[in-house]
Amino acid sequence: MGRRATPEVNAGSMADIAFLLLIFFLVTTTIEKDKGIARQLPPKQEKQETPPPIKEKNIFIISINRSNDMLADNELMEVEDLRQAAIEFLDNGGDGSCTYCKGRKNPASSDNPDKAVITVKNDRESTYSMYIQVQNELVGAYNFLRDRESQRLYGWKFTEVNKAIDEGSYKGNIEKAKDRLKEIQKLFPMKLSEADTKQ
Amino acid sequence: MSKFNKKKGGELPAVNTASLPDIVFMLLFFFMVVTVLRKDNLMVKQQLPKADQVEKLQKDRSVYIYAGKPSARYQEKYGTEGKIQIGDKYTDVTGLQFALTEERAKLLPELQNSVVVALKVDEDTNTGLVTDIKEKLRDLNMVKVIYITTPGNELTDK
Repeated sequence: MGRRATPEVNAGSMADIAFLLLIFFLVTTTIEKDKGIARQLPPKQEKQETPPPIKEKNIFIISINRSNDMLADNELMEVEDLRQAAIEFLDNGGDGSCTYCKGRKNPASSDNPDKAVITVKNDRESTYSMYIQVQNELVGAYNFLRDRESQRLYGWKFTEVNKAIDEGSYKGNIEKAKDRLKEIQKLFPMKLSEADTKQ
Repeated sequence: MSKFNKKKGGELPAVNTASLPDIVFMLLFFFMVVTVLRKDNLMVKQQLPKADQVEKLQKDRSVYIYAGKPSARYQEKYGTEGKIQIGDKYTDVTGLQFALTEERAKLLPELQNSVVVALKVDEDTNTGLVTDIKEKLRDLNMVKVIYITTPGNELTDK
């Protein structure tokens, strides 16, 4: 039984295997990119100022109780219908001063998107997921209207361009696009308020 | 005698180490990618609500606040009431100020004034806890918040 020289292992493909593994891990590990609903909280006021009077018809009140039932504009409503209701409220254009609104011009609803305020009242015991659902639907309503207007004025969608600029993949004049985004935002300014939930 | 040194290649051939750099680099890359992922050790349940009307978070200027029920292994000690976590430890509403200023100091100095507070809150948490946090944030004049969600839609994904 003679000992033989161990034949040399061919290591030429080792690098390939290593790269294969590297690529595999690169592809499978998703670097978590956090996304969410951005909000600006109202700054703290030193003294309680009397708020400027807002006509009752210009406020859309959403209340959520502890069992996650939603009352929107004094009607019991499902979250599914909230977006449409919010769109109708914002787009109403009751006093005719809003030239781009396509709503019903119902005199009992909001005058102008600029004046329309949506207020959300959450009970302390309601769940956070309900809160986010409502916020999501409201942002969805604003996005729908802004998309419609940007489509009409500039031929692109507000949300798509906003996203493209965010990701740095926008082709064209970014400054100009940003100005236009601001114009659209002015047409439908987001006026959401949150009432104190303490009872 | 000649029986033993007849064969020349009696010693082991050297292991080819040509691919060792590749392996090391692969491991290096792997750990680089993985370690960035989890900055904080989560001590609360994190089942984030779903939303689709979302914006991206600018990570370099954000401070995280986690909230939710304590995770299973901490429940014995801390109960099941909603808790707030900042950094690696639990805190409560009164301790927010200290914990937040501490976290903010870790950011780049030029970004500390435009800090965004990222709220990662479990979907079963009471809104009251979130309201308390927001109230405190207003006191601290950190008014930019972002509610972190997972992609999807609660209504259509059922």
